[in-house]
Amino acid sequence: MTAEKLGADSLSSGIWKERLQRYAASLKYALHVIVRPFDGFWDLTREKRGSLAAAHTFLALFLITYVLKLLYTNFQFISAPVQYINIYERCASLLFPFLVLCLANWSLSTLFDGKGHFRDIYMAMCYALVPYILIQLPLILISHMISVDEGAYYSVLMSVSLIWCGLLAFVGLMQVHDYGPGKTLIFIFATIFGALVILFLILVFFSLLSDALGYFVSLYREISFRLS
Amino acid sequence: MKHLKRLTALLLSAIVLLNASLALAIQDGFRTTYTYNYDYWGDIAESPDAYRVQQVIYSSSLGLETPMRRPQSLYVRGQEIYVCDTGNNRILQLKRDGNEYSLVRIIDRVSGAEPETFNAPGDVFADEEGNVYICDTNNNRVLMADKDLRFVRSYVKPVDNTFDQNIAFLPSKMVVDTSGRVYVRATNVNKGLIKYEADGTFTGFIGANPVIYSLWDYIWKEFFTTKEQRAQQASFVPTEYENICIDKDGFIYATNTVFSEYDLKWDNAKPIRRLNSIGSDILIKNDKYPPIGDLDWVEQSVDYGPSKFKDITVLDNDIYIAFDKTRGRLFGYDPQGVMLWAFGTKGNSEGAFLGAVSIEHMGTDLLCLDENENSITVFTATEYGNLIYQASDQYLKGDYEGSADTWREVLKLNANYNLAFIGIGRALMREEKFGEAMDYFKRAHDRQNYGRAYRYYRKEMIEKNILWVVVVVAVLLIVPVVMNRVKKIKAEVEEYDRRKVRS
Repeated sequence: MTAEKLGADSLSSGIWKERLQRYAASLKYALHVIVRPFDGFWDLTREKRGSLAAAHTFLALFLITYVLKLLYTNFQFISAPVQYINIYERCASLLFPFLVLCLANWSLSTLFDGKGHFRDIYMAMCYALVPYILIQLPLILISHMISVDEGAYYSVLMSVSLIWCGLLAFVGLMQVHDYGPGKTLIFIFATIFGALVILFLILVFFSLLSDALGYFVSLYREISFRLS
Repeated sequence: MKHLKRLTALLLSAIVLLNASLALAIQDGFRTTYTYNYDYWGDIAESPDAYRVQQVIYSSSLGLETPMRRPQSLYVRGQEIYVCDTGNNRILQLKRDGNEYSLVRIIDRVSGAEPETFNAPGDVFADEEGNVYICDTNNNRVLMADKDLRFVRSYVKPVDNTFDQNIAFLPSKMVVDTSGRVYVRATNVNKGLIKYEADGTFTGFIGANPVIYSLWDYIWKEFFTTKEQRAQQASFVPTEYENICIDKDGFIYATNTVFSEYDLKWDNAKPIRRLNSIGSDILIKNDKYPPIGDLDWVEQSVDYGPSKFKDITVLDNDIYIAFDKTRGRLFGYDPQGVMLWAFGTKGNSEGAFLGAVSIEHMGTDLLCLDENENSITVFTATEYGNLIYQASDQYLKGDYEGSADTWREVLKLNANYNLAFIGIGRALMREEKFGEAMDYFKRAHDRQNYGRAYRYYRKEMIEKNILWVVVVVAVLLIVPVVMNRVKKIKAEVEEYDRRKVRS
């Protein structure tokens, strides 16, 4: 009996260990993706070398980096009115467009023989955020070590991180859907348009919902007034 | 219906609360929000009063038989005050003696001029010899009279190709420089200020207000409108200045009130300008916000909108003060374009204005003319205001330690004063206390100075700890090499052992 239990324990711990190793490998795989995006993004989903858990991690790290940047960058390089910053609001204002754009891209590309599932698009986009984390996080430290006259270093690194992310996102979409560069470009514009449509639908939905709820609430009130 | 009731209840309670807070705010007769400044984020920061009303001069206190009617301009030379009493076609010459203001004479005619009387004069100026210049607007001339009011010469409509002869010449504001050149701002003339030599000859225009239009405006107008539509639209013409004044160095300060709100925020409108002799704007703007008056335009109020400067005056220490008619406020800026203070409001009480038109200074005292109340309000600087002036004067003269001490006094009165932090920081830098200076600059959000202080600080730190720096760098370089070596040797030893076992 004890032997059985021991066996089960070691089995489950083995599974966990394996999972952890896979997770660590998929995290590490990001370093390969950002330098060899064409090969990297292809294998990311098709060879299952990336994982959803790692993607979530990168998104979370991205948001954390953003917040840390707002709060701890030296005042010479950022003018963030700390007294007004609402961290949750700022994060939501990044996260929401990110998800809406992923959704819009999936809903459009799925109609035009894109090979990627929503899960794949999301993963590719999250992996594309890695340069932002890798560059901006040390940049917070660097901002305390240089003066405003040397700000060129800061701004160059800043733009490098953003351009790198942009290129990765582009290549990521290309590989995930197995599109050519031209088609990807068209679909990026289409995605932005799609996101606007989604926003419009959300607005309409909520305004109708509140109207409908308001109707029932006032109906209930009217009846309760009559009865009382 | 129920919503309405709740709303009214809410509004009522809000009003009650507001009244209570207003009552709390009044402590010593002066509202604490009367004087304020803008902080780094563009929010209003209350401040102690930089100026308080010394007295308000009315027609009755001067003993005038006919009271002032819509006076348009003030001029101060020494202890003499000239008031351009436009509605009564006369100039009042007042004299200040201590805190007493008395009427010297009423100038209503210039003997020898044709005609001798004035018609709606718009401005007045007096030079050092006592000659009086009068902008006789509706008589289409600028009159120059000597100190006994005898006619010297008049400056009339220029007979020149550059001047459109079809429009009436209506000079409304004017300044005279030390060599007697006259600069006139005339209504309907948008080519800039009309410049006359001392002998009365017209020598051209200076400082035309550059035309502002966007690319989009241009495209729209060129390609998307018909000829008929274009004829009905306003064309792209420069606008005339609102008012002008001349500083002790002969630079003309001009204010401009015709602009779009959007241009103001990006400093394309330039409501205050300092014109050099060829008419380009050389006003220094070294602050985060350009000198545009109020940054917060108080939405949903009756007086919504940007500040419109009716007049401007320059103190002897190059600090300039602009007078805003939108909200009856005065804005003081230092020579670097940093706002020193702002105060004033609309209303009937002392220190409030209904129709701000003109401002002049006498030393550091300010005289403000109100065309609707027909009164002159005299402000004198408080201890706080004087400390600010003293500190900036000391700094300009090179007395950096003295200026830092004065700024410390200012900080005792107003702990939110950015200029004081910068002033102290600069003095600390001269004493080579870079770390402390950095703290002060950081509080004032002064990036340039912080960067400079930081560079010195960093140098100092590295020099002081050079040994540690070398050690750390050495360790960082050497350790990986050694580790590699060790690994290699270990591998070799293992390899050797394995071979030994095999053989």
